[in-house]
Amino acid sequence: MAVYKQIEPRKAPSSSIGILHWMRENLFSSPLNVALTVLGIALVLWVIPPFIKWSIIDANFKGTTSASCTGDGACWVFIKMKMDMFMYGFYPAAERWRVNLTYGLFILVVLSFKYLKHSMTKILITGLYFIVGYILIRGGIFGLEGVFYNKWGGLMLTIVISAVGIVFSFPVGVLFAFGRKSDLPIIKSISVTYIELIRSVPLITVLFMSAVILPLFLPDGVTFDKLLRAIVGLIIFESAYIAEAIRGGIQAIPNGQYEAADAVGLSYWQKTLLIILPQALKVAIPNLVGIFISLFQNTTLVMIIGLFDLLAMVQLTASDSHWLGYETEGYVFVTIIFWVFCYVMSVYSNKLERRFNTDLK
Amino acid sequence: MLAFLRDRKVRGYIFQLISITLVVAFMWYIGTNTSHNIAQRGIRTGFGFFNGTAGFGIDDSPIPYTPSNTYARVFFVGLLNTLIVTFVSIVLATLLGLIIGVLRLSKNWLVRKISSAYIEIFRNIPVLLQILFWYNVVLRLLPSPKNSVDFFGKIFLNNRGFYVPQPALDSTTITMTVAVFIVLVFVFFLNRWANKRHELTGEEFPVLLTALGLLVIAPIIGYFVGGANFDFSNPKLVGFGFIGGKHFYPEFVALTLALTIYTATFIAEAVRSGIEAVSKGQKEASASIGLSNYQALKLVILPQAIRIAIPPTINQYLNILKNSSLATAIGYPELVTVFAGTTLNQVGQAIEIIAITMLVYLVISLVVSAFFNWINFKMKIKER
Repeated sequence: MAVYKQIEPRKAPSSSIGILHWMRENLFSSPLNVALTVLGIALVLWVIPPFIKWSIIDANFKGTTSASCTGDGACWVFIKMKMDMFMYGFYPAAERWRVNLTYGLFILVVLSFKYLKHSMTKILITGLYFIVGYILIRGGIFGLEGVFYNKWGGLMLTIVISAVGIVFSFPVGVLFAFGRKSDLPIIKSISVTYIELIRSVPLITVLFMSAVILPLFLPDGVTFDKLLRAIVGLIIFESAYIAEAIRGGIQAIPNGQYEAADAVGLSYWQKTLLIILPQALKVAIPNLVGIFISLFQNTTLVMIIGLFDLLAMVQLTASDSHWLGYETEGYVFVTIIFWVFCYVMSVYSNKLERRFNTDLK
Repeated sequence: MLAFLRDRKVRGYIFQLISITLVVAFMWYIGTNTSHNIAQRGIRTGFGFFNGTAGFGIDDSPIPYTPSNTYARVFFVGLLNTLIVTFVSIVLATLLGLIIGVLRLSKNWLVRKISSAYIEIFRNIPVLLQILFWYNVVLRLLPSPKNSVDFFGKIFLNNRGFYVPQPALDSTTITMTVAVFIVLVFVFFLNRWANKRHELTGEEFPVLLTALGLLVIAPIIGYFVGGANFDFSNPKLVGFGFIGGKHFYPEFVALTLALTIYTATFIAEAVRSGIEAVSKGQKEASASIGLSNYQALKLVILPQAIRIAIPPTINQYLNILKNSSLATAIGYPELVTVFAGTTLNQVGQAIEIIAITMLVYLVISLVVSAFFNWINFKMKIKER
């Protein structure tokens, strides 16, 4: 009996495997692609090596004064010496542990969320955290030295404004979203007017309004400090956008859910809070994170009404007579911080989007 | 007795009554406080301030303006500058966004990576930071007017701005502009006629080629009709500065660049998601009925992709309008800078000025969104 032995398969031709094949497929598949690749390489070479040369190879890291910055590269000494300003503003050096403790507590709170089941406890803990954080940073009681708002600055101020902004504009936004979907004509028209009015004006005009006009609205003797006015303006502005995102979520919920909730005899508030809102939030989360990213970016505008957030610190520190003209380093440094924060949030939002994508469809 | 309270309708009325009372009470409260405060601080009211003399200069004004003009003119200058910078940024951001969005889906690995790197980098940096970076770092690094970077001796870049040749306003310029305009109107009607014929008979007419051809020929005809003396006013270095030509101030350049680069990332994402949303089956179906690649793109893919991409793009256009107000950080004289800024500081009538400023943005936003919604409506698939 003849024994048939299978011969080894021949290797694929070198033109269809390996790096050369990949390059032919992905970089040089047509004349247009060749041209684009060449242009792309030129662009990369034009941007990246000079930047690396400036920021690393030619840069100065050692030293304590501007005199140690020689050569053409970046002067990171400037950032190093001004780091405290960028991080804490004018917050007294001896009290900075309080800010750091608040950051640390935040990590604890986030970690505790993994083990907590009930959303009520989560809300309570968040509320408690905000009170503790406020006491820690503001001081004035429990033997903590009071640190007034005009001492707050830098990244710390940016984070405070965005955290307070997010936490407070969210419930306001939810309220207006349901107001807009309401059957009651007066509630609906109030909500629509608010949302559309705020969404069609720039944030800076709202901030000007809360900075200049808000004091006129209050009775004699009642004053707000500048920071609180800025935060109020930010909340007024962002809640309109949050309302729209949540309305989008509400609209995605099939009518059957409302009817089923009515059929089992839930009241309006039960229906809204237990059936509609959780599902609406699930759909709206990617958009909400997008709004939170833009809120974080928008906190830079408080600089225009005279608060010293992270961005404002650049101009402030670069106008120090010992460090004139190091704005470039300052802007690059601040850009990196903002970019990292926003990028992490957007990656997180993509993850959430993928996780929630399967349901409801 | 209280049974009627369980009626949903009655509860609705009561609830509305309570909220409207609260709103009115709130308005009344801040109204009385405000009038009291205004009276106490001696702030004037009304719109009489519009006739007052402004007394401050504006460098970059599209219409003649001197410090002796009124606040009304200041308002008008600011409004025009807002509209100009918004319009220019919208056009540039749309072009850049389209290009990046299409490149994002390219088969070329490197190009794909570069465009997604562009999107990820620039949309995650606050636009105000970008404006300040262009203004305080990049444009400051440019040389002084004496050592301008110059292109062919016609275009100059320096730290005072950009100088480009400007067509002088003479008969040839006018005839050439008119010729182009006539061609555009002609192409519009040609396109309608070609579409109608296509629907009736199925015959194609090369509208795009005809239009491109006419756009080349028409200005040439206009050139000779108008006396063939087409001329540019060229920027010239005189003393320490330039005269002649069109001068783009650094504030304008920084603002336009930052708005364009920032917003283009969002438009690119809208374009990409629009193209990706067209299902693969559509492409395969068009290939199976024998359409060429170009025909498939023009007749099947793009019409569907554009419909999906338009609403988020309109939103971005409105964002450009709103973000143009950040000009106040670098002093480009648009509405917020000169009106809600300088004028407010001089006049002190915060309520009137902020209200007018907000109203202007509200009206522009409504007009822009009405216009684009109309386009959106026109483009919608008409289901029969």
